[in-house]
Amino acid sequence: MINWRTLFKRFMSDPVAVAAGGVLLILVLMAVFAPLLAPQNPYDLMQLDIMDSELPPVWTGDGDPRYLLGTDTQGRGVLSTIMYGTGISLIIGIGAVVVQGILGVTLGLIAGYKGGWIDSFLMRLADIQMSLSTLMIAIIVLALFQAAFDANIYADYAIFMLILIIGMAEWPKFARTVRSSVLGERKKEYVDAARVIGLPPRKVMWGHILPNTLTPVLVISTIQVAEAIMTEAALSFLGLGMPVDRPSLGSLIRSGFEFVFSGQYWITLYPALVLIALVLALNLLGDWLRDVLNPKLRRGDD
Amino acid sequence: MHILAFLIRRTLQAVIVMFVISIIGFSIQGNLGDPLRELVGQSVSEAERQALREQLGLNDPFFVQYFRFLGNAVQGDLGTSYFFKRPALDVIMDKFPATFELVLGAVFIFLSLSIPAGIYCAIHRDSWLTRIIMTGSIIGISVPVFLTAILLVWLFGVELGWLPAFGRGDTYELPWGWETGFLTLDGLSHLILPSVALSSIMLPLFIRLIRAEMMETMGTDYVRFARAKGLSTARVRYVHAFRNTLLPVVTVGGLMIGTLIAYTILTETVFQWPGMGFLFLEAVNRVDTPLIIAYIIVVGLIFVVVNTIVDFIYTLINPMVKLPGAKA
Amino acid sequence: MAMLEIDDLRVAFPRGKTDEIEALRGVSLRLEKGERLGVVGESGAGKSMLAFAILNLIAEPGRVSHGEVRFEGENLLDLSDRQIRSIRGNRISMIFQDPMVTLNPVLTIGQQMIETLKAHRRISRREAHRLSVEKLKMVAIPSAESRMDAYPHELSGGLRQRVVIAIALLTDPELIIADEPTTALDVTIQAEIMALILKLCRENDVALILITHDLGVVAEVTQKLMIMYAGKCVEAGDTQTIIGNPKHPYTSGLLQALPQKAERGTKLYQIPGSMPPITALPNGCPYHPRCPRATEECRAFMPDMKQGVACYHPLLSAEETV
Repeated sequence: MINWRTLFKRFMSDPVAVAAGGVLLILVLMAVFAPLLAPQNPYDLMQLDIMDSELPPVWTGDGDPRYLLGTDTQGRGVLSTIMYGTGISLIIGIGAVVVQGILGVTLGLIAGYKGGWIDSFLMRLADIQMSLSTLMIAIIVLALFQAAFDANIYADYAIFMLILIIGMAEWPKFARTVRSSVLGERKKEYVDAARVIGLPPRKVMWGHILPNTLTPVLVISTIQVAEAIMTEAALSFLGLGMPVDRPSLGSLIRSGFEFVFSGQYWITLYPALVLIALVLALNLLGDWLRDVLNPKLRRGDD
Repeated sequence: MHILAFLIRRTLQAVIVMFVISIIGFSIQGNLGDPLRELVGQSVSEAERQALREQLGLNDPFFVQYFRFLGNAVQGDLGTSYFFKRPALDVIMDKFPATFELVLGAVFIFLSLSIPAGIYCAIHRDSWLTRIIMTGSIIGISVPVFLTAILLVWLFGVELGWLPAFGRGDTYELPWGWETGFLTLDGLSHLILPSVALSSIMLPLFIRLIRAEMMETMGTDYVRFARAKGLSTARVRYVHAFRNTLLPVVTVGGLMIGTLIAYTILTETVFQWPGMGFLFLEAVNRVDTPLIIAYIIVVGLIFVVVNTIVDFIYTLINPMVKLPGAKA
Repeated sequence: MAMLEIDDLRVAFPRGKTDEIEALRGVSLRLEKGERLGVVGESGAGKSMLAFAILNLIAEPGRVSHGEVRFEGENLLDLSDRQIRSIRGNRISMIFQDPMVTLNPVLTIGQQMIETLKAHRRISRREAHRLSVEKLKMVAIPSAESRMDAYPHELSGGLRQRVVIAIALLTDPELIIADEPTTALDVTIQAEIMALILKLCRENDVALILITHDLGVVAEVTQKLMIMYAGKCVEAGDTQTIIGNPKHPYTSGLLQALPQKAERGTKLYQIPGSMPPITALPNGCPYHPRCPRATEECRAFMPDMKQGVACYHPLLSAEETV
């Protein structure tokens, strides 16, 4: 299994991993403590003043020291919206991966352990889903959902829908990883030993095989969170994701996009930078984790 | 003969898939909004509404309605758009040229960049150019898809003002009704940024893929044998190694079709490109149900057709997949 | 001047950042026109390395670090890319071990044959096609004409190797280097292929370097013999002489281990121990840990080749066995 102390030591000795981890930590803390840290609460309508709208960042000279990064068209401080928005992006990203993980690992275990027609069926289903691409599936489902329900109802459920849909669309990746682990482990002797002493299949699966398949699952989880965050951002940018009054980073970019042309770049730029930082940090950490935990998975590209 | 069997089998599969899509589409349509509301408005009496429902066949059993829908669909009638008050299929096909040209431009740029770059990086592993390209591609994979497009819009459209970032510009109408942007200078200049944006989304992935596959191929025994035969370096690389590199690349390409369609929608949104994707999003905003369903069906069809073409191309380039010829 | 003269050829691989390790540690040989030489040794002894080094085909990060390979007087290692390419596949051909992976799976047999001809001569497609079919017939491939359009995976292993042999003969080379040409084939086919190679070399007066681990084959096919161990040549000379009268303890051991030599009912002889890897060579003679005749001298210093054997205590008569 994983030797946590060695892992930590290797982490501290790799500058890229430490940098990525640091950035991630900062962003997560920022998101978690947003209510305490943010200069304003951008969702409290009482705090907003429309007269403060469209102010540029404070260092350009026309800015207002209360709003370090400027304001958007409704007078919300960009810094504050970013802080809250990062939290929403993270919640959706992590939530979606939890759903993918549970669904994918379960189905992967079943497919790998039972084999036969269940395996063929599940893998065929996974193939079809993967070729349709998560983004496309999500676009269609969310579009239909939005068309079916009133805008207000949609807004309330958006966050759950996003977690659910991205989760259900991406299970194939986890399932395939777990399945190939299971296929490898099945051949090993400890499985035969467990069966010989009469353990039912379910116990063999969960109790014995599962712990050994967790390492690859851990490896792809980080990168999947980055993927989920990017997918959600794209969906929100299209208007199919989080609504404007409970924005994620993607929705923030969307709401600021039309103003790029008129020169108020800050409304889009800063959320975009934070999004890139978040995704890049997750990807780098995920790459590092993969290289460290399973050198066999290393792609031949260094 | 084998080709014919292949085509027949795939066509059958495609028909089945379209069936499934159409049933799903149709049954959803029944639950989205009330067609009557859109057609007639509020001030009509209940009795008249009921009469109208009867007349439109809205009270018939599900399958009767479905087969009517199917019959219409096969004849090209996919319902009528609430907003445009025209047949949905017509509205969509109006926008088809725009999307098609966008994808064409993107594929052209993508192919002419990714293949040379991938091959170059595989052959010259340690050159500075290779390092730049590989670093760039790692960054490219991490930047969310639509941000590169936005960056391009801002940099070339707003700041530098070199290229237009909005819409299609002037188009020229070809005799059979196809509005093309390729034949006017203005149209072409409008095509550049969106095509570059769309291709840039796929580039990093494929450059890395081609490079990895090429490196692996260059290390095989048959490449070594080709060298031992005294063949020129060019022939060894581009005929022996590259042909084998193509196979997995085409396979991966086939898997990316769904992603490509989604990215097209994103690109059209950023550039306000008047294509099918943009139309779709507007339809969602307006709750124009027939148009939404029609788009899903059309896209489903495109997806199936393109997949079949890609599979076909694959059998052409991989001799081991043909039905067996004379065995020794 | 012999057709092929190799002087103290060495091949090295980098180890770590600054070090190098030699995989081929100074091999020399002479080969006349039409002569057939066998190179025998275990896996890892450096035989294939020798083959590739002759045509300067050592894959990076390895390199030829020392020595000369003179073919008709010219040092092949000094030639430019273009010049060596005109020798490869033209005057010196190679046959690789596993025909499954030697032929490119996405090109037809015909394409792979015609390209060889066109690379080395000004010849029309049609003429190249005709010549190729001729060679295919020469290696006894049935329906040669239709095979030109076949893909490698459509042929059996034996047929594929025949194609590789045909390719080797296309340009009427002066020397063929065959690297374990039958090892990857079915046992029943091995003899056929070997007989074919022998016949074609004899008939066309082509010199042959046959690399193999099979002493039995070498006895029937070759006139001269070289025994390799741990990157060095330990015995060299006339095949029949060496087989009848081995001088090096290793050669003697190899001969004793042949199943044909075993007496009924007794255990098959095996040389105790195993050949050391290049990365962990002992001092002195590399064979000394397994050699019953080893002395202090053997453990300290590497013996030079003297009268065809590199040993301080060579066997002196046929009756002496180890």
